Amino acid sequence: MTLNMGPQHPSTHGVLRVVLELDGETVVRAKPIIGYLHTGMEKQAEYKTYTQSIPQTDRMDYLAPLSNNLALCLAAEKLLGIEAPPRAQVVRVLLTELTRISAHCVWLGTHALDIGAMTVFFYCFREREKVLSIYDMVCGARMTASYFRVGGLASDIPEGLLERCRTFVDEMPAHVDEYETLLSKNPIWLARTQGVAPLSARDAVALGVTGPILRGSGVRWDLRKTQPYCGYDGYDFEVPVGANGDAYDRYMVRVNEMRQSTRIADQAIRRLQEMGPGDYRLRDYKYVLPSKEEVKTSMEALIHHFKIVAHGFFPPVGEAYATVEAPKGELGFYFVSDGTPRPWRMKVRAPSFVNLQSLATMVEGRLVADVITAIGSLDIVLGEIDR
Amino acid sequence: MAEPASGSAAPTATAPPPGAPEPARLSPERVEQRLRERFSEVPIERQMGEAVRDHTVYVPAEHLVEVCTFLRDDHELDFAMLSWVGGIDYLPRQPRFEVVYHLLSLRRNCRFVLKVRVPEEAPRVPTLIGVWPTANWHERETYDFYGITFEGHPDMTRILLPEAWVGWPLRKDSPLGYQEVSFTHNTPTRTVPAPDLTRLKPKKVRYRAH
Repeated sequence: MTLNMGPQHPSTHGVLRVVLELDGETVVRAKPIIGYLHTGMEKQAEYKTYTQSIPQTDRMDYLAPLSNNLALCLAAEKLLGIEAPPRAQVVRVLLTELTRISAHCVWLGTHALDIGAMTVFFYCFREREKVLSIYDMVCGARMTASYFRVGGLASDIPEGLLERCRTFVDEMPAHVDEYETLLSKNPIWLARTQGVAPLSARDAVALGVTGPILRGSGVRWDLRKTQPYCGYDGYDFEVPVGANGDAYDRYMVRVNEMRQSTRIADQAIRRLQEMGPGDYRLRDYKYVLPSKEEVKTSMEALIHHFKIVAHGFFPPVGEAYATVEAPKGELGFYFVSDGTPRPWRMKVRAPSFVNLQSLATMVEGRLVADVITAIGSLDIVLGEIDR
Repeated sequence: MAEPASGSAAPTATAPPPGAPEPARLSPERVEQRLRERFSEVPIERQMGEAVRDHTVYVPAEHLVEVCTFLRDDHELDFAMLSWVGGIDYLPRQPRFEVVYHLLSLRRNCRFVLKVRVPEEAPRVPTLIGVWPTANWHERETYDFYGITFEGHPDMTRILLPEAWVGWPLRKDSPLGYQEVSFTHNTPTRTVPAPDLTRLKPKKVRYRAH
């Protein structure tokens, strides 16, 4: 029997369609069909300046907008050969770690809801709301926050932000304990996730899977540790790894990652408090906008402001690829520049796109009910897959 | 998916045995040197440029599969993962297209970039599914966007665009267009947009460096 699952199925987390060939209740073949959200972002980027593409990236992985911002900014900075000032880097680390917590909260809530545990959903969205209000504070948007710019940040962090982050970071470990109380030893949860949707380390690597799924399969690979960016090598944290590569291990990896993210965010807040005020943006006005105060008092700053807003900056001819460890895995942006302010080519290496390919390996030969668990444990975002 | 991962492809194991010393980080220069030693008869060319930030090497399409198999299986290099594949259109330059392969060695912590030049008349490249199963969707995406065919691919169909789509949207001669949306609920007849409106011609701007 051939069963069509989606694209309007609540547990496909968006508009994913899976064509399942069944033998009784056993899945013989599973073929994901994607593209329902394709909006041609890579094509559009060729008609925009680098800065204009930043808000576009929030719509890719809309659960982790700031990670996408960061990946684009790092790729453009690598192309230009510049680096953001230390204060901006610490703020970037702080906010992307909070983003990771909120993205994992949405994943945990919806994944548990799919399997039948309803309560967790409300708890997770309560915490996510706090991160969204922090986004609101820094850039005025709750969902599609775009706060990072090439060379630093859009503006300095507002007053009272660190106190608010501090409250959140202090509360968060207790909340993670709450989620674990509800799930980690829950017999129904164990029955639905342990040994379900397994992926061996060998298959995971061959399929290019990254992020918590790769680590759940036992491969210790985290770009924050192995290829550090934004000064991640200066933070003290651990990389949780699973052993069996099943849905339960992926759950444990992500839950532990939330704890580790809290640790990193805690260190980042301390660092910002020790640093005191400083540059939040590079003072290289060929590439970065001068601050508003300077524009009002200096003619050169005004000219630079005008040039960058009207034309954009002129990168050298070349190409660059930069990655970040996004909540879903390796998120990378690849720019080819022809020397004009618009990229000749922008390619996004979307982690969900690659991770979804492993669905067939996870579910073939297993029960149809486990497809739901597999999709949930993959943590896909269709906005990023289809771009 | 057409081919299960555990089938034909056999990448080397990635997780080091516990207690084993971490091997030193591999440099891309060393990878290129190894390639030149092993494939002395193949023209391997390093991409030079003002701002080519990653070590990039051009490989002829006919040698792509053997070069990649070597990169994957060689114990020193151990490129177990293919990070992504993408296309670039360099219109009007000839050969017009390039296909980019970003490889990742987890054990040696190294990235390496391979490129293949693809002519406009015969946009064909051999598939890498047999080496890394992950190439499947990446190659379909490149086919979908640029019309570059990957020979030997079991399912060379569009992935993101609808099956019935005509044209290759990311080619440079395919302009960014739009369709006028006609709202008909408060007008008696449907308004048809003027033909010149259906294609947005990007404004030609000549840039001068400051």
